[in-house]
Amino acid sequence: MTKITLGKGINAGLRAAMEADPKVIIMGEDIGKLGGVFRVTEGLQKDFGEDRVIDTPLAESGIIGTAVGLALRGYRPVCEIQFDGFVFPAYDQIINQVAKMHYRSAGRIKMPVVIRIPFGGGIGAVEHHSESPETLFAHVPGLKVVACGDPVDAYWMIQQAIASDDPVVFFEPKRRYHEKAELDESVQPTLPLHQAKVVREGTDATLFCYGPMVKTCLQAAEAAVEDGRQLEVIDLRTIAPLDLATIFASVKKTRRAVVVHEAPLSLGPGSEIAARVTEECFYHLEAPVLRVTGYDMPYPASRTEEDYLPDLDRVLDGVDRVMGY
Amino acid sequence: MSESVPGLAPEVFASVEAPVSPPQALEEVEFVQLLTPEGERVEHPDYSFALDDDVVKSFYRDMTLVRRIDTEATALQRQGELGLWASLLGQEAAQIGSARALNKKDMVFPTYREHGVAWCQGVDPLRLLGLFRGVDQGGWDPKDNNFHLYTIVIGAQTLHATGYAMGQQRDHAIGDAEDGEATIAYFGDGASSQGDVNEAFIWASVFNAPVVFFCQNNQWAISEPIDRQTRIPLYQRAAGFGFPGVRVDGNDVLATYAVTQQALKRAREGSGPTLIEAYTYRMGAHTTSDDPTKYRLNEDLEHWKLKDPIERVHAYLSRHAGVEHDFFDQVDAEADKIAAELRAGCLALPDPELTDFFQHVYVEETPQLAEQRDQFTAYAASFEGEG
Repeated sequence: MTKITLGKGINAGLRAAMEADPKVIIMGEDIGKLGGVFRVTEGLQKDFGEDRVIDTPLAESGIIGTAVGLALRGYRPVCEIQFDGFVFPAYDQIINQVAKMHYRSAGRIKMPVVIRIPFGGGIGAVEHHSESPETLFAHVPGLKVVACGDPVDAYWMIQQAIASDDPVVFFEPKRRYHEKAELDESVQPTLPLHQAKVVREGTDATLFCYGPMVKTCLQAAEAAVEDGRQLEVIDLRTIAPLDLATIFASVKKTRRAVVVHEAPLSLGPGSEIAARVTEECFYHLEAPVLRVTGYDMPYPASRTEEDYLPDLDRVLDGVDRVMGY
Repeated sequence: MSESVPGLAPEVFASVEAPVSPPQALEEVEFVQLLTPEGERVEHPDYSFALDDDVVKSFYRDMTLVRRIDTEATALQRQGELGLWASLLGQEAAQIGSARALNKKDMVFPTYREHGVAWCQGVDPLRLLGLFRGVDQGGWDPKDNNFHLYTIVIGAQTLHATGYAMGQQRDHAIGDAEDGEATIAYFGDGASSQGDVNEAFIWASVFNAPVVFFCQNNQWAISEPIDRQTRIPLYQRAAGFGFPGVRVDGNDVLATYAVTQQALKRAREGSGPTLIEAYTYRMGAHTTSDDPTKYRLNEDLEHWKLKDPIERVHAYLSRHAGVEHDFFDQVDAEADKIAAELRAGCLALPDPELTDFFQHVYVEETPQLAEQRDQFTAYAASFEGEG
């Protein structure tokens, strides 16, 4: 057993993947000597060399576009995008090339590319550094989109993403990089990459969350006990595809659901979950599916972000409303 | 114009006005030519073509066949059998000359107009039609002929080529001018304005990747002339990125071959990228949906007809190589045969089913998509037996 942070979990996961497969290479801005602006890749260039841990020029489309070429050559590139808001210069390569290559080639070409994106707010950053663009990728056929919510998942999920023959956009909750947990590397993960995890069992309502909101929702569930409410908390882990079986099973049990994410409300992951739950669990529901999310505005200046981000109180307010039907 | 800018003194405005480049800068200066439009061989201090006339005959054959294939595809589009076709008319020498310089292990990243390169790589012309007929979105396996799928998003493939070349580097597949591997990226003058192309230049340069950037400057990006893309000859841009650039007469198959061969050798031996600007002309429309009469002059076309890439080889072979008309007749007959087969093959291409497309979205299909496929299948089946 080792005590690791979420950031170290990804680092260790990258290391394990690189040791297991010489075709795994990582590329991005400042990931070499510096170890990335969040130090997630610290020490990897020293141990694996500059050919496998590539400090790239500062151009995101170039990072993803050359990763496509490396993948065509048989490599498994793991690309780091430095911050969420900086992914958009690469959007064309991700949407038109990475996502569609297997499809366009009638299955002849695989694109085992992982795109790591630190996402979300709560760190007092300047603009473009706190965004939650997961829906913009989850809506694109051909891409798979996941987010880790704790250090142990970080370690295993990054390895599973690298092993995936489909391209994976891998969101990392940047404000949780320093969260700690015990990791036993000898215990194999029990869940496949695209399965959700019940992180707290409950009976009165279900909180669906992922990434940075997992901790927030667990705190809310703890606080709700004082009100006599037993909340189930599900870390979705996978946004595209959603693990609908786990979602439906929980809603059929608790009959009430609140989806929590930092991303803006409209057409966000909560919208899809609400629609799916309505279709599949209509007669089990005691209340409509509610959403507690960021607002439909660009991420605000950081001194207002506490009001923008869903927090314990806003989640409990959502629970009050869903219980009030 | 300066008077209309409020608050800005005319002299200030004048000082920020862009300098006017001399008009001849974008025209036919400083290019490598080994065969004149009249079919005369000429010498160049840095490049030469030393192969015998049988090779020149084979270039003639390739160019004639791909022009015939291209003409047939245009006709098929006009008859409603293709949704679209992007003609290579006029660019046969640029494509055949560069592609014939490739070794078996070299990798090609084309645009959507490289029908001549595809031909040289051994891709069945019928496979090219699938995309344009709407039966597939890339009907060949790039690994079979080292010829990647056509890329329609302008310039995107230059980054793929550069990444692929970085893979060749990491595989230690370079270091020998003959036995090493190289990658060639095709793109056009319009693409030279794309960020991706400029990023590819930077990547290739700083990583010294074994890639040849082969720009067919055909003077037109749909309706936009070359002077809307650049104020300097495109090949000169390479200097700013730190690697050599060369302009070649793109209608001269011998010069294109010689220049590309040298750039490929340079890449294979580990000396890094080269930018080749093949100076040519798009004799047809951008695609069959385009109408060039709205934006360019007929005189330009007449001017370029005199520089035809095939005619000059015909003139050379008949005047200086003693090639009899039998040879030319045979090539024409072969071209007609290939065109007839292409037409028959096109008409026989089966329409695909939507279910074929469901299955290739993911390597590991998602439950959601599987459910949608099943729903579609059941819905489609509900009409069976209806008239």
